[in-house]
Amino acid sequence: MRKLLSLTIFALASSTVFAGGYRVSIQGQKQLAMGHTGVAIVNSAETAFFNPAGMAYLKDKFNLSVGGSVLFSKTRFQNSEYNWKASSDNVGTPFNVYATYKITDWLTAGLAVYSPFGSEVEWDQDWQGAHLVNNIDLKAIFIQPTVSIRIGDEFSFGGGPIYATGSVNLNRNLSINPLLSANGSGTDVTLDAKGITAWGYNVGFMFNPTSKLRLGVNYRSEITMEARDGDATYADTPDFNPLQNTTFDADLPLPAEITSGLSYQVTDKWLVAFDYNYTMWNAYKALDVKFANGQESINPRNYQNSSTYRVGTQYVANDKFTFRAGWYFDESPVQDGYFAPETPRNDSMGFTGGLTYQLNPKFGIDLSLLYLHFDEIDNSYNYSVDPISNTPNPNFGGTYKSSVFSPGVGISYSF
Amino acid sequence: MKNKFIYLSILVAGLVSCEPEFENEVDANYTAGEADFSSYVAIGNSLTAGYMDGSVSRVGQSYSFPNLLSQQFATVGGGSFTQPSYEEDVNNLGGIAGLSGFSTRLVINASVGAPQPIAGTSTITLTPQATAYNNMGVPGAKSFHLLAPGYGNPAGLALGQANPYYVRHATSSTSTVLGDALSKNPTFFTNWIGANDILSYATSGGAKSDGSAADDHNVTGNTNPATYGSNDITNSAVFAGTYSTIVDQLTANGAKGVLCTIPSVTSIPYFTTVPYNPLSPTALGGSANINALNSQLYGPLNGIFSAYGEPNRVKLLSASSANPILIYDVDAADRSAQITGALTPVFGAQTAAAFGAIFGKARQATADDLIVLPASAVIGTVNTSSPSTLININGVSYPMANKWVLTSTEKAKVASATSAYNSSITAIASSKNLAVADMNAILNVLVGGLRSVDGSVYTANYFSGPTTEYKVLFSLDGVHPNARGYAVIANEIIKVINAHYKSNMPYLNPSYYPGINIVATN
Repeated sequence: MRKLLSLTIFALASSTVFAGGYRVSIQGQKQLAMGHTGVAIVNSAETAFFNPAGMAYLKDKFNLSVGGSVLFSKTRFQNSEYNWKASSDNVGTPFNVYATYKITDWLTAGLAVYSPFGSEVEWDQDWQGAHLVNNIDLKAIFIQPTVSIRIGDEFSFGGGPIYATGSVNLNRNLSINPLLSANGSGTDVTLDAKGITAWGYNVGFMFNPTSKLRLGVNYRSEITMEARDGDATYADTPDFNPLQNTTFDADLPLPAEITSGLSYQVTDKWLVAFDYNYTMWNAYKALDVKFANGQESINPRNYQNSSTYRVGTQYVANDKFTFRAGWYFDESPVQDGYFAPETPRNDSMGFTGGLTYQLNPKFGIDLSLLYLHFDEIDNSYNYSVDPISNTPNPNFGGTYKSSVFSPGVGISYSF
Repeated sequence: MKNKFIYLSILVAGLVSCEPEFENEVDANYTAGEADFSSYVAIGNSLTAGYMDGSVSRVGQSYSFPNLLSQQFATVGGGSFTQPSYEEDVNNLGGIAGLSGFSTRLVINASVGAPQPIAGTSTITLTPQATAYNNMGVPGAKSFHLLAPGYGNPAGLALGQANPYYVRHATSSTSTVLGDALSKNPTFFTNWIGANDILSYATSGGAKSDGSAADDHNVTGNTNPATYGSNDITNSAVFAGTYSTIVDQLTANGAKGVLCTIPSVTSIPYFTTVPYNPLSPTALGGSANINALNSQLYGPLNGIFSAYGEPNRVKLLSASSANPILIYDVDAADRSAQITGALTPVFGAQTAAAFGAIFGKARQATADDLIVLPASAVIGTVNTSSPSTLININGVSYPMANKWVLTSTEKAKVASATSAYNSSITAIASSKNLAVADMNAILNVLVGGLRSVDGSVYTANYFSGPTTEYKVLFSLDGVHPNARGYAVIANEIIKVINAHYKSNMPYLNPSYYPGINIVATN
């Protein structure tokens, strides 16, 4: 049954944007339920992601956490100046697998597999923003072998290389101008690149000044996904201008993230935690697509670095039940005027909750629930250029409103 | 299992509750204001019918400005909007089957880079539909035609008293366009009639179909439109009376509406695309040819005109800069006798008389003259009616006929009539408290570039290639807007309605509407 569950999750492996930019913060059911805090928490094998240094303090010799969420993401768009309405409803399945093994009292090894980045948005084909995006599906899976070393009960550090593998598929119309349309369908191009790989690393340390207080810092490096010789496929080209399919090169940065935080064991049963994430989104200057036929499409993004503030708490009710809750505020990296419908995200507030049901001392079932609230926002993307005339397109904007709801389930096994 | 169902129902409930909802729905602030759009009727000519690229076609008609308007009216209680049926135009070719002068719609043939009627035979017939429609725009109609019984009578076609477009949908052989419109019991109307009262004069260069001068009835004083030639300028008192009658009847039951002024034709591409001086030294065949033309033709003509006090009427051709074309000006002083007299010793009486007849009213065009768009296909070609190969190149050694040029004098007559009509329209609007869409002002803005609400700039330039196509608002006939242009016009009318009737309707975004149609081959 367990095997079957994890296999199913692997098969569904994909994820949907719901946090700032295309970062998806669902890297563990226990920690998500606590507002996705965890840099200074030693709870389960999930610490392999949140702070590898924490692995060395896990009590059991072997720890396994496997989980996945179903992420329902909805975005609505409207523009009352032109009576436009559009919507995008998407379902994603971020997942994670963590395992740690205590080799000696001071050395723990582990493996983490998780999907921290992704974006899936699907508007109606040929909608009013089709010249920016019809649909996009971006996926990245990180595989991270990890070691953790502790020096007594006060200090530990850990880390490991990240092997990232990903794919991107994006479809958009070439132009607003119906000149480039065949039978009323705008000429569109699909950019598809699979099997993109890259390397990065994840390091952290943990400091426990007292038996109740933990402090942690974690750094995950930037990884640039370099798509090379992806397929650019044209469709609905008008007969006077039949475009030949070609290939393309593009780079997409997955930004570095530094997290610091603390947790405090208020009572034997009650833990509170605070995390602060700082994500170096300014690595994402532009999506620059170079086609083999010499054409180039430069799409300025100019993301700004952004912060996320997280609070979480955990209450161990009894041997069977542990309850968790959390809240966070997630700043959007998107600046005014760069609000593209491909990642239509503004500042959001996350409300999380969850519980663990411990079937026996070794095996537990984790449940989590996330609701992300977005205020509606009036914004636009002002930097697209028409490839026919080489002049700026009119600004594309309106009012956006999104919501995300994500129930998740996982299992923890340890001995 | 039972537990699973409970979880599932909690999950579903959660999903339903997180449907994103806007504080104000997209149409929350839309309102008809003081207007009632439940029965909207559009009165007018080709500009109302959705005529573009030299024809009405099935798809072109769908972009008529009244049809675009009705889509916006629908957001504030507008009713259904019907247009004359073009279902028989299956392949969207336009034209009218079997009628000369009603060719298929113009497209750009990419293989030659020029506009051409699209290949194929029109399937649009004159089969009577005998139906009153919400869109009562009739291509070619002048103001007084809307009140003319029999304008839709098939029997009148051969006599030139009926209009094939109205024949298609007139409710009877004696019905009038206005009467059919009124049968729709309009609660709201747009009236954009009157452009043809001057436009046919202007587009024909102030000439009748036989080449003689068309009449300006503000000069003749003739107030009986039944006697007018098709290219004449309507007497402005006739226009005012007709227009007043139309508006009186439209508003008799309290309907509100918009009156559209007559655009100044001098700003449309039909008149601004071909320059008055297209004859570059290269086009004239170099200095050898220029010298020959100067010594044999331009020099003698200059000598004769100068002798009678018009030294600038025909000047020697320049070998270094662009030269104006030679034109026939019906209003020029007639020097045929003098030319004949001067040339008789050289050519003999008969040839000299022929030269005199051809060049007696000739002059070079000036920047004040407007050369019509179709002239571009005539300038520099051989004139087969010329008596001599010495003087057989149109615009170079043979004057361009009256119909190719709207001279400054003719232009002034058009401008004067336009201005008089527009004064009547605004006065009538004011007396009835109707909104006015000042198309004249809008078109004048187009010359310098019109900035639309979304920041896009549109111009009155004629199509000059795909890279500038996005800002062109005119179709390939040079007179009528393209779909994008009609969207701009609809926006201007919406703006006027919103202001005058305190309504709030959404605009159209012209960038999303097609300009020209390009085909790979034709």
